[in-house]
Amino acid sequence: MDVLPDVIVEARGLQKFFGEVEAVRGIDFSIQRGEVFGFLGPNGAGKTSTMRMISCMSPRSAGKLLVRGHDPAESGSEIRRGIGLVPQDDALDSEMSVLDNLHIYGRYFDIPRKEIRARAKVLLEFAQLTDRADSKVDNLSGGMRRRLTIARALISRPELVILDEPTTGLDPQARHLVWERLYQLRREGVTLIITTHYMDEAEQLCDRLVVMDRGLIVGAGTPRSLIEKTVAREVVEVRLDDGNYLSLVDRLGDHIDRAEILGDRLCCYGEDGDQILDLILALGIHPASSLVRRATLEDVFLFLTGRSLVD
Amino acid sequence: MTELEYAPGFFTPRVRQGRIRTRWLLALEYWFLQYRRAWRGSILSTFVFPTLYLASMGLGLGGLVNHHLGTHAAILGNGSYLTFVAPGILSASAMQIGINEASWPVMGAIRWQRSYHAQCATPIRITDVLYGHLAWITLKLFATCLVFVGISAAFRANSLPRALFEIPAATLTGLGFAVPMAALSAHIKNDAAFSTINRLLIVPLFLFSGTFFPLAQLPGSLQVLARFTPLYHGVTLCRALGSGQLMTLTNLGHVAYLATMVAAGVVFARKTYTRRLSR
Repeated sequence: MDVLPDVIVEARGLQKFFGEVEAVRGIDFSIQRGEVFGFLGPNGAGKTSTMRMISCMSPRSAGKLLVRGHDPAESGSEIRRGIGLVPQDDALDSEMSVLDNLHIYGRYFDIPRKEIRARAKVLLEFAQLTDRADSKVDNLSGGMRRRLTIARALISRPELVILDEPTTGLDPQARHLVWERLYQLRREGVTLIITTHYMDEAEQLCDRLVVMDRGLIVGAGTPRSLIEKTVAREVVEVRLDDGNYLSLVDRLGDHIDRAEILGDRLCCYGEDGDQILDLILALGIHPASSLVRRATLEDVFLFLTGRSLVD
Repeated sequence: MTELEYAPGFFTPRVRQGRIRTRWLLALEYWFLQYRRAWRGSILSTFVFPTLYLASMGLGLGGLVNHHLGTHAAILGNGSYLTFVAPGILSASAMQIGINEASWPVMGAIRWQRSYHAQCATPIRITDVLYGHLAWITLKLFATCLVFVGISAAFRANSLPRALFEIPAATLTGLGFAVPMAALSAHIKNDAAFSTINRLLIVPLFLFSGTFFPLAQLPGSLQVLARFTPLYHGVTLCRALGSGQLMTLTNLGHVAYLATMVAAGVVFARKTYTRRLSR
């Protein structure tokens, strides 16, 4: 058997235009085999366009792209053989049964019917849909559909699973079930690419991620390193009755790494949040409210783009 | 959270190797599977409509026509009105089935069921998506035409075995409409166009392509126009084959006309499918 290359997706200067609109404006990244790689960004950042190029469903406009060691422009069909796609809109046949949806998808990969039957049984368990096998997809809840779409993507034993917004629109319980399942896949060596605009999802799931904004990558790294590199370890959020944040920032001076005014509150970033809060109190300032917390990817995004992620 | 029990390594990647089977056949399987849930309604229209048409047009109207035909029998090829009209209804039905099968189902596979998109995420290529669906439409046309010819035989509206040649001819006629229609359905964004096409194109063709009466009954200028319509070629071809004229130059011309429509439709459809499915 061939030795598999360590890099499963490699992009250099990757671009996608739709007429005049530049959806992806030249991005570089490489994804290692076996990792969970995230694309984080708001709607319209170019995440879905990037996913469609990686899954060989949409031709790139410029740049270099290698997926599973091949060029999608030449070997799309061959590359897709090793990919399981979970598209944003599910693309399930709503009038067919759960089982038929799994079955036909397996057939698209030319998997023998007997093998599909055996695999579908376990995948239905995996998706917690065993007792819904004969239900029409029309009658499933959003969370069930999502799990079915993930199960469907796994029927061909793919080495790369691409999930575009896997938990958007799901309630917290349904989200956690999906996350749980994705951990299981990772444990078995499946490479996962996830797009999301949920910070907690990216932080929980991803080994490494890139932050996208307006078609560009504006930050990259592990969630923790990205936070510590870009902002700081901790944040103090304070609300002042007089709203005179600028003077407070002035007086804190070098004791904080950076500060950001977010509507009616001030975020002060630094290594030790409690220390910063003590300092503020020592200055004789008594905030209307205060909160010390760990910095998150939300702060990273705010810092990198000047905008908050979810409008 | 419930821990799942499964054999270790169940999800470990194992991408299938080796040559993949003809991919459009895999796309065709989707339509078979999909048909399983809709076959009842479809069977009804396949058997009942031809029977109703032949009974009303062939026997009802035909009885009247035959009665008054008198010395003008040559105008209908010296047969009964029923034998005249049966190949006409056959090819006109093929046209309608072709148009129907290539309109809503194509738009649905793009916009509602999104089954084309599901196929495109797998080893199936866009051309396979197209050919798989066209293969399905061909099979459906062929099966319906076969049933129609069978029912016509029961009505003594044709003579077997030569009427069997009408089956591939009518199938080709249906495809001549279906393939360009599939191309168009992948192109347009609004299904309102379907009823416009039906009203402005299909119904006039149905009525004035020699389906129910010989073109000679039309005024001269309309006759010329009618000769250019695709359905005229389908109707005339079926009628000729049914009356035992097999290898004639005219028939070859009809086949060439219809085959050109299919070929042009394929070229056009490859473009519109690609534009729609691989943005």
